[in-house]
Amino acid sequence: MEGNITIKLQQKSIDKIKEICAAFDNDSGELINVLHKTQEHFGYLPAEVQELVASELNCSVAKVYGVVTFYSFFTMIPKGEFPISVCTGTACYVRGADKVVEEIVKELGIKVGETTADGKFSLSCLRCVGACGLAPVVMVGDRTYGRVAPEKVKEILAEYK
Amino acid sequence: MADYKFHLLVCGGTGCHASNSDVLAENLKAELAEHKLSEEVQVVSTGCFGFCEKGPIVKVVPDNTFYTQVAPDDARDIVEEHVIKGRKVERLLYVDPNKKEQIGDSKHMDFYKKQLRIALRNCGFINPENIDEAIARDSYAAMAKVLSEMTPKDVIQVIKESGLRGRGGGGFPTGLKWEIAANNEADQKYVVCNADEGDPGAFMDRSILEGDPHTVLEAMAICGYSMGADKGVIYIRAEYPLAIHRLKVALKQAREYGLLGTNIMDTGFNHDIELRYGAGAFVCGEETALIRSMEGKRGEPTSKPPFPAQEGFNKKPTNVNNVETFANIPPIILKGSDWFSSIGSEKSKGTKVFALAGKINNVGLIEVPMGTTLREVIYEIGGGIKDGKKFKAVQTGGPSGGCLTEKHLDTPIDFDNLLAVGSMMGSGGMIVMDEDDCMVSVAKFFLEFTVEESCGKCAPCRIGNKRLHELLVKITEGKATKKDIRNMRNLCHVIKDTSLCGLGQTSPNPVLSTLENFYDEYMEHVENHNCPAGQCKALMRYYVLPDKCIGCGACARACPVGAISGERKKEHVIDQHLCIKCGACLEKCKFDSIIVK
Repeated sequence: MEGNITIKLQQKSIDKIKEICAAFDNDSGELINVLHKTQEHFGYLPAEVQELVASELNCSVAKVYGVVTFYSFFTMIPKGEFPISVCTGTACYVRGADKVVEEIVKELGIKVGETTADGKFSLSCLRCVGACGLAPVVMVGDRTYGRVAPEKVKEILAEYK
Repeated sequence: MADYKFHLLVCGGTGCHASNSDVLAENLKAELAEHKLSEEVQVVSTGCFGFCEKGPIVKVVPDNTFYTQVAPDDARDIVEEHVIKGRKVERLLYVDPNKKEQIGDSKHMDFYKKQLRIALRNCGFINPENIDEAIARDSYAAMAKVLSEMTPKDVIQVIKESGLRGRGGGGFPTGLKWEIAANNEADQKYVVCNADEGDPGAFMDRSILEGDPHTVLEAMAICGYSMGADKGVIYIRAEYPLAIHRLKVALKQAREYGLLGTNIMDTGFNHDIELRYGAGAFVCGEETALIRSMEGKRGEPTSKPPFPAQEGFNKKPTNVNNVETFANIPPIILKGSDWFSSIGSEKSKGTKVFALAGKINNVGLIEVPMGTTLREVIYEIGGGIKDGKKFKAVQTGGPSGGCLTEKHLDTPIDFDNLLAVGSMMGSGGMIVMDEDDCMVSVAKFFLEFTVEESCGKCAPCRIGNKRLHELLVKITEGKATKKDIRNMRNLCHVIKDTSLCGLGQTSPNPVLSTLENFYDEYMEHVENHNCPAGQCKALMRYYVLPDKCIGCGACARACPVGAISGERKKEHVIDQHLCIKCGACLEKCKFDSIIVK
């Protein structure tokens, strides 16, 4: 196990993960906080990162994998440079978020949960960002776009191309 | 706040923030500085005003002028016209959509007239990142009263007498919950604030945390005092970065002021609060699942008993309350249980915050006394249905609730009435739908959500909801039979009766309530393969209007499957068996001769 990890991850990354785990006293009860910090740093949680976290927190890889796959916030696929999230909460749904998703899928040629081949965009749906007054809402990175009609999708994507 | 001539309150809630209210606030400050007015006029970034539909909002105090949809460039006019010349900037005033008249101040807006703000009392008034402003509006006064004049038993008694019930959805009496936790002896107990607002379309908890974080910290300390817990944990969604930031600021300030930590107000009482982050799982709103998640595990619920009050976080007695419940505590302590129980309906006391959204004119956050009718909320506060369309249904309670119709509009809203008509209070999401919404699709939407969010621990929820969703898909594709409808109804009851936690026990509600209230619409899908609202794609039909078609052939060339035929300059026809409903012909036709039915 240990051998595999050292081959795949760079020493710098290993040190960073160990540092994050140590900051939470290597306590497996802090697993979710550790994963938040780790994902913040790496952008995603590939299998080898999970293996190292498990060995540092002294719990099974199955437990770590179980938690990573349980929560929608954690991802094992790297996000694009500009991650696109479409709110599909009820308010946005009622105001036509599904058509906006369809349009983005058509424009980018990727499905929900995928990243474009050039690594530029990734697409995900999330449940309610709480800006229901602006429904339907699309987020690109930290920027929020409100009242997005399917016709506006092209224009928004063009800003990042 | 007395030293300033004017206060310009700029909404800094998530909705307005997304519409650049932060740039607007900066511009206002710059304009004021330019006119050397920074000493006389204060710009305050507040929490949510609730009137999200017309954001960003700027309110001028003391005259209560209410400016809507203010762009960053409008800062100059507000300062030069209103502040300096004393003239209201008319083009930014709110226009009542029904009466078509401008309204100069917030006190005369229908949106605010019927509201009574207890939980939201400070949202939109104070700068949430400044503890002094919170204290000026009585924050921590209730805690001081509790610590200096009341025993833990007194506190519980007041909360019990107030009739406050849990605002997270269940409606369990809060005082009783505290008492049970207080009566369980242990070396360590915990107060937990459930801020994992996962109900799509509800954003009251976020707005309270963003607009008035101190009230939650104070209430948690009061709860800790009453049950004997010196540790508190706020479990908050990682998707709420602004709320997390404001909580961190508030925690730091409260500790600096000695209002959290050890020996609070020199009374020997200790209480400190930490934050834990959710990671996007709806089921974690259920308290046992929330506790598992706090322990770093998968958020799977456990069977009760043991209740969290007996064995919760780290196997210690734990009391879990929702953000809005906590926000009601300080006013109850300060004004008394009689005051609180005089508001509301017979069995549901006080007020409830609702997130009004969907096809309604005034989307936003409102707080009304329990017992207010749906009609008052939708037509008076909400300003009616968008674009003059016809009201069809209102969905309350999120994925656990149901769809109510015209005939329920005069039902007074409280915990028990909503249950009686097949919906529930839930956390207070209220989504209004109009004639263009297909109720089968709405039920399908909620089931999609439940299927995705089911934790998978118990079979009825994991498998049953999946099957339920498949049946709904079958209906929206026009492939279902009457027998499917019967099976679906039976399956709903099995899931409700046998699921482990609240998620599964309530997940069939959207289906059952739409079956009950919109049976004809289901039958129209099943028997006539028709979607009356025109939303179900598989049931749509494209037709050529013979008298409008000039036979140019553009549609036939655009059709990817060759379903359109006709001679040049003669009318064309669409072969319904071949048509894949892509809509390419509709886009290409320049003569509006293709219609969808």
